[in-house]
Formats: sequence, structure tokens, C-alpha cells
Amino acid sequence: MMSEFASTQIIEVTYLIATVLFILSLKWMSSPATARRGVWAGELGMLLAVAGTLLHHGMDYKWLAAALVLGTIIGVPLGKVAMTAVPQRTALSHAFGALCVTLVGTAEFYLRAPSVPPFMMAVLGMEVILGSLTFTGSLMAAGKLQEVLPQRPITYKGQNVVNLGVLAIAVIVAIILVLHPERVYLYPLIVILPLIFGVLMIIPIGGADMPTVISLLNSYAGLSAAAMGFVLDNKLLIIAGALDGASGFILSVNMSKAMNRSFSNVLFGAFGQEQASAAAGAETRAVRSASAEEAAAILGAANKVVIVPGYGMAVSQAQHKVRELYDALTKRGVDVRFGIHPVAGRMPGHMNVLLAEADIPYDKLMEMDDANGDFAQTDVALVIGANDVTNPAARTDTSSPIYGMPILDVDKARTVMVIKRGMSAGFAGIDNPLYYSDKTLMLFGDAKSFVGSIVREISGGSGH
Amino acid sequence: MKLDLLTSLYVFMLAGFIGFEVIRRVSPLLHTPLMSLTNALDAIAVVGAIILAGEHKTNFSTVLGTIAIVAATSNIVGGFLITDRMLKMFKLSGPKKS
Repeated sequence: MMSEFASTQIIEVTYLIATVLFILSLKWMSSPATARRGVWAGELGMLLAVAGTLLHHGMDYKWLAAALVLGTIIGVPLGKVAMTAVPQRTALSHAFGALCVTLVGTAEFYLRAPSVPPFMMAVLGMEVILGSLTFTGSLMAAGKLQEVLPQRPITYKGQNVVNLGVLAIAVIVAIILVLHPERVYLYPLIVILPLIFGVLMIIPIGGADMPTVISLLNSYAGLSAAAMGFVLDNKLLIIAGALDGASGFILSVNMSKAMNRSFSNVLFGAFGQEQASAAAGAETRAVRSASAEEAAAILGAANKVVIVPGYGMAVSQAQHKVRELYDALTKRGVDVRFGIHPVAGRMPGHMNVLLAEADIPYDKLMEMDDANGDFAQTDVALVIGANDVTNPAARTDTSSPIYGMPILDVDKARTVMVIKRGMSAGFAGIDNPLYYSDKTLMLFGDAKSFVGSIVREISGGSGH
Repeated sequence: MKLDLLTSLYVFMLAGFIGFEVIRRVSPLLHTPLMSLTNALDAIAVVGAIILAGEHKTNFSTVLGTIAIVAATSNIVGGFLITDRMLKMFKLSGPKKS
């Protein structure tokens, strides 16, 4: 009796310490200088909490050991994926987290049924509904990001009604279970229907909206874990879930703002259906193009250059060539910085990681607002693989589908150079008037090889 | 039981506020590692799964608990690993050569 009491106390203390460490961990993430300390704090907190839990009275360790080892074996390769694959890895880990929560919730229900207290049934219902829809939704998102599923949004008439109907039925069933927990046979519905909803929810969402969707799923995963904390009366879990939920929520709001769209618009309004006609009329307008040699001469003569990278740069694996360009120009005394749009990449902050991987110092990476304050004094804005986020129509053309979206004002720089494969429209299928401006030079070609030739011209050519 | 519920709601609410205040201060530079870190921390759900599987109340609950441990552990291990890998890449530009 005494030993059980003592072990319960020890567990509670480890949870308390873990809570403090988790909050410090997130606090230290505020700056790159302290961020790694944040990871260590998180690891220590996790270790303490897991070790404390293993002290729990009357445990059967053989299953636990096997499960912990197997989880580690799966986790290690997931921690070693390429940086370009981080978004799909993140989506996959949301799915795993949601799977864990759903399974535990299901087991708890059948252990307690048929006499589940109403409040517990309500949070359990929330836990399982959020967990199930996050599980399939995240798997779908990971599939789209990995391109094993089509990235184009798939829409049909009445889609929103069908989707919301499925979710509404699940919620109604959960309410019935709160009132009549003895109707155990209804339980599978609050798992299966949200599983279906998770799939349906992601079908109409295109690749460009993935940053918002991943953040939103992040938030759901956190909230479902917090609900699990209510069910198990575990404060540490409630806190970790609330922190994760808050983080996902803040990131989703950031992402929606960066695309000038509301949550409901991302979730219920597929993008890019009626722009085909607008783009077709523009094909014949003239553009000015330049060779790598000319581009190198202009860049070499500049004082201040801002590079605007988009996901296209990552797709063609050009970041290391961009780093060489950065080095070559910096060596000549040119001030080179990077202007980064919040949705450049496939998840929040993705572009910063890709550039940091290429050894570009993070103090040269500017957020959108800082970059926009700089463009008027910039000699050359070099756009690599970005399109819609530089489209001045977002500022001026009220009929444009992206009107109002915050953009990088590259058109305020003295010269704009755009590296692009051809004149095809961007991800959202919207024409970009920037390309027809007098001060814009189009550099047609693959980003990686084009930047490579510019670097050769700068470092090899005019010897100095 | 009823009182515990209210306490839990207080805890949830306060943690939510702390979350907002702390995470709002995270530089957008680090939003990707932030997400992988919160993901790893969120996998603290593993403690619930450990108790479920360890108590071995029914075969059904033990099997579900065991799968849940595998899923959460892979998030803990993978999440911390990749967060640290990403953060190691962030460097300042070296001291300027005179």
C-alpha cells in the first residue's frame, strides 16, 4: 500500500518537472541561439515523464519493452529524412500522434462501457473524433506532399455538404453516446465516420494550401491529446496538448494571413478553377529575357541584392548553387540578403530550413515585412522559383483571385530578374504582370543550372 | 471526480494562454523546427498508452495500447532527432574579414 502511494507521488513529481521543462523548451525556441537547449529540455522532460510512468504500480513490462524498441526503430529513419521531405514527415507524425490518441481513447471506452460518465464520454468523443479525422487527414496530406496522391484539388458539386454531413453525423452519434453510454454498438461510428471525413477533407485541397492544412492538423492533434488528458485525468498530457494545439493554431492563422484567406476558405473553397481564361489571353505579351552572362554582369555591379526563393528552387535542388552565388557576390562586396515569404515552401518556415541546410547564415534571411522595407533601396531582386508571392496583381488588381494577399514587393527594386523554366502560370494558375514589366529580365532555364552558370560568369569572367 | 474536472479545465485554459504567449515569440525562422518539436512533446501521450498496455486489463486494451506506444515512441524519437538536425544547420555569418 505504502509503496503504491510512494510511486504515485514520484510519478506526479516527474510530471511536474516535465511540464516545466516542456514550457522552457518552447520558450527557448524563440531564438536560434537558444533553440538547441530547448530540444534538450524537451528530451529531458520526456525521459523523466516516461521513466516516472514506468514506475507505475503493477506493470507488465514485456509488451512495453517491445513497443518502445519498435517505436524507436521506426522513429530513427523518420528523424533522418531529407530536408525537402520534412513537410510529409511532419504530416506523417501528426498521423501517428492521432493514431495513438484514437487507440487509447477506444480502449478506454471499452474498458469503461457501458457506464461512462457523461462528461467523460463527451471529452472521449472529442478525443476520438479529432484523433480519427487527424489520422486519415494527415495521411492524405502526407500522400499529397510526397506526390503519391494527385496534388491538384479534386472538387465536385455538393462536396461541402457531403463532408460536413459526415462529420455532423459523427458528432450527433457522440452526443447520443453521452446521453446513452449503454448503446455501445454506436461507438465504432465515431471512429469510422471521422476517418472518412479526414479523407474527404483533404481531397479538395491543393498543394499550395498545404502549409495551412499541416498547421491546422497540428492543432487538431494537440487538441485531441489534451482531450485524452481529460479522459485519463493526466495534467501533463493536458498541458502538452494545449501547447501543441496553441502552436498549431498560431501557425495556421499566420499561414492563412499570408495567403489572405480564412480557414473556412482554405477548407471549403478549392483554388484555381477559373483562371485558365485569364492566363490564355496573356500569352502574346512581350517579355525581356537575358543570358547568364548579362545577369552576372548586372549582379556583379550591384550594391544590394535581395534573393527571393520559392518552392521551385527547392524542387530543382538549387539551394547549394544559390549558396555559391551568395559567396561569389559577397566576396565582391555585394550585400546579399534573402526575402522569404511565409508560405514559401510546403510548411511554415520550410524555406528557412532549406537555406540553412545550404549553409546560408540565418542573419541574412529576412521576413517578408523587413524585406519589403528594403526593396526600394535594392539594386537587384532575384526571384528563383517563386511566382504568386511576387505577383503585384495582389496589390492592384481587385479582380485577381489573389488580390489582398501580402506579397514581396520585388517590383520596387531597381531591376528584377526572374529565373523560370518557361512562361507557364504559377501554382494557382494566375498570370503574373511582373514578368511584362520594363524593369524585369526573365532568365529562362532550370534554376540549378542557370544559377550555376551565373556563378561561373561572376567568379571566372571579369577577373578582379 | 467533478472537482478534478474543473481543475483540468483550469489547467487546460492556463496552458493554452502560456502556449499562445510563448509561441507567439518564436521567430518565423524556426517555425518548421517548432512544429517538429511540439510534435515530439505532444507524443507525451505515450504515458497514457504505457499505463494502458502495462496494466493489461484486457487483451484488446493491451493490443491497442501497445500499437499506440509504437506510434507515439516513433514520434518522440523521430521528432527530437529531426528538430536537433534542423537547428544545427542554423548558423550566423562568420566574423567579417577586415
